[in-house]
Amino acid sequence: MAKIIFNNHLVEDVAEELYIRALKILPPDVKAALERARQRETSELGRTILETILKNIEVSETQSMIICQDTGLPVFIVTVGGRFPVDGAMIKKSLAQGAKRATMEYPFRGSSLHPITRENPQTSIGEGLPVIYWDFDGDADYLDILMIPKGSGSENMSAMKMFTPAEGLSAVKKFVVDTVAASGGNPCPPGIIGVGMGGSADWVGVLAKKAITRPVGSRNPDPMFAQLENELEEAVNALGSGPMGLGGAITTLAVHIEWAYTHITQNPVAVNTQCWAARRARAKIWANGKVEYGF
Amino acid sequence: MSQRNLSSPFDETTIRSLHVGDIVTITGRVFGMRDKTLIHMFDERHKSPVDLKGYPILHTAPSLKKVGRRWEKIIIGTTTSTRMNRFTPLLLEQYGVRAIIGKSGLYQDSLDAMKRFSACYLAIVGGAAALETVQIEDVEKVYWPELHPEAIYQFRVKELGPLIVAMDSYGRSLYDEVRLSVRRQLPCVYQKLGIANESLPG
Repeated sequence: MAKIIFNNHLVEDVAEELYIRALKILPPDVKAALERARQRETSELGRTILETILKNIEVSETQSMIICQDTGLPVFIVTVGGRFPVDGAMIKKSLAQGAKRATMEYPFRGSSLHPITRENPQTSIGEGLPVIYWDFDGDADYLDILMIPKGSGSENMSAMKMFTPAEGLSAVKKFVVDTVAASGGNPCPPGIIGVGMGGSADWVGVLAKKAITRPVGSRNPDPMFAQLENELEEAVNALGSGPMGLGGAITTLAVHIEWAYTHITQNPVAVNTQCWAARRARAKIWANGKVEYGF
Repeated sequence: MSQRNLSSPFDETTIRSLHVGDIVTITGRVFGMRDKTLIHMFDERHKSPVDLKGYPILHTAPSLKKVGRRWEKIIIGTTTSTRMNRFTPLLLEQYGVRAIIGKSGLYQDSLDAMKRFSACYLAIVGGAAALETVQIEDVEKVYWPELHPEAIYQFRVKELGPLIVAMDSYGRSLYDEVRLSVRRQLPCVYQKLGIANESLPG
């Protein structure tokens, strides 16, 4: 079987398009959640903030502008279909090139830089970037690419901890609540609180990141985790931290949990914080070159 | 909620009339700066080439495009203020700055300086950069352009906001008040989650 049927530049073009789309079009589930939040918010200041957020979304839609100036670190979650003729190395290279082209051609501020020299090439990419997570789906005949421009106000409020088995679920719950309580207005709430449970020290962070990419309104398919999501969502909103940390009933739009089995001696938890501008854009690419955009 | 539109620059009377919880908009001139600008100004001892007396400072690193001699806006948004905290008392004392526009607030020493020099902190809605960019009518001038995107930007704004008075010149901070209320709420939240009554986080 030919490895690649379609045009070599297709994945690169799609990656560029995804970055720009994600920066401009907020997913409908996030928008609907923000509208519900405005209705439910009891603080007048909080409502003013949510109204301003909705007005901002409207301005970005009608004037085709970027929603937030923080164009973030580019994160791609790639699912390769088992029946998709794949050249993984080409996909990896194309995602980086696409992110670079989006940054330089739009142009918007590149936020990626060297961790010691702090030199910023204004490309959004560099050593080890973009962040790419790979997954595989045996049944699919397409390539699925989910793009997340992850802003720093929220990412900086993320945290991870290795608890002991004896500390139990109680410690995990407390860690989530305390992390949100300590972050105040920094992560531009109300957004999505992504929680990772289980796995290893590195994997639990990936799970938390994946949790923020789920549509608002979705629940973990496992009833035990779905219930925990509900419970934590209610707890976080009971804190009263509110929109932009200035007080109110809505501190988060949703708490999402992704999980994995872990070691007998471990009890890892991670929180990945997402802002109200919970941006994501998805593309499905078929071998014949057909592309479908979504969220 | 009523929104007062303030003309920039501000005098002391205007600042003293603002209290925590008030919502305002600003029309006039606003100066944008952030980390590197302030390090250049205070740590590396370069005097600001422009008089900042009475003006508000916006914590921003804008995306701009230079077209000929003009700077055109692409997207201008506001960043987290806490990183710029240590420079704030100096801006108020040495330059007579009357307001800081940012997100997430500043610390106690800035709040004390605001009381002493009659200044306030105005919280903008973080992430709402599209709206902010539209409200910024023009990039009038860029000082220290070699520091771009962390230069000094002279913006002309029309009804920039809504801005929430989150720290006032009377020593009140809405951030501190909400933080305290969240702390008081924690034991009740723990109890509901079945968490043993442990010590509160630091």
